[in-house]
Amino acid sequence: MTAQILAIYAVALSLLIGSGFVLVGVIGLLKFDDPMTRLHAPTKVGTVGIGMLLLASMINSFRMGDTSIHEILIMAFLFVTAPISAHFIAKVGIHHRACETPPSPPRDETWSTLKSPEPDQGTEPTAQG
Amino acid sequence: MTRAFRRLLPHPFLTLILAVVWTLLQNEISAGMVVFGIILGIIIPLMTLIWWPDTPKGFRLGKMVSYSFMVIWDILVANVEVAWIVLTVPNSKLKPAWIVVPLELRQPEAITVLAGTITLTPGTVSADLSDEGHSLLVHVLHTSDADAVRDEIKTRYERRLLEIFS
Repeated sequence: MTAQILAIYAVALSLLIGSGFVLVGVIGLLKFDDPMTRLHAPTKVGTVGIGMLLLASMINSFRMGDTSIHEILIMAFLFVTAPISAHFIAKVGIHHRACETPPSPPRDETWSTLKSPEPDQGTEPTAQG
Repeated sequence: MTRAFRRLLPHPFLTLILAVVWTLLQNEISAGMVVFGIILGIIIPLMTLIWWPDTPKGFRLGKMVSYSFMVIWDILVANVEVAWIVLTVPNSKLKPAWIVVPLELRQPEAITVLAGTITLTPGTVSADLSDEGHSLLVHVLHTSDADAVRDEIKTRYERRLLEIFS
């Protein structure tokens, strides 16, 4: 019986921590004023926020006696996809010059986003007749 | 024997991951589903073989596991730090910075893992790669010493990834 009560407390605690982190992520999104700094708050704080909410769901399902392991999968896919979407948003920001232009790299020519496509590749269909 | 093994399982790790994901999707472990997952794990890599031209060589699974645990711990610690910055540092005092990380890693998979790690650990976002793939552009949310952040990325993450993908 005490294990049941402990599990309920654990669920409540993870829900509280998780929603707290999500709230901080939203505050950061509203508060910062530059596109790049804005990107930091939701992509990062969100991972732990959602992680704790999923942990609560897992503990609760174990408490109810039917095991659920989908949450691990959700977490894994979230960790794989979150950096990619953040990377694309950052690339769009750099491309549109919405943020401060980054310093050029030391060894190569330029950043791949800023590189202008070479004109004579012959891959694009040319206007004919 | 090894050639037959290579023909059947061109990407052993992909096979393993597919089987595990399929089993987890069922939400309960039964022998039939594990077998079906392994069958899928063999068929899917064979069907998508032409899109996976190279197999990463010399991948050390044990070190990757310990690396993952270190990254998860870093994510937890740094989340609290970023939450603190969001709540306490006003916009006018925020010092964001671009830093350029020169890369020693050459394999695309290794660079992808490094970029993902940098984005997941709060306070830093990997924003772009240079056109030849020799440096990584990273945006830092709040720092007073950009060089220290760069050195930490190099010593803490890149050195370990060099060992994993050697």
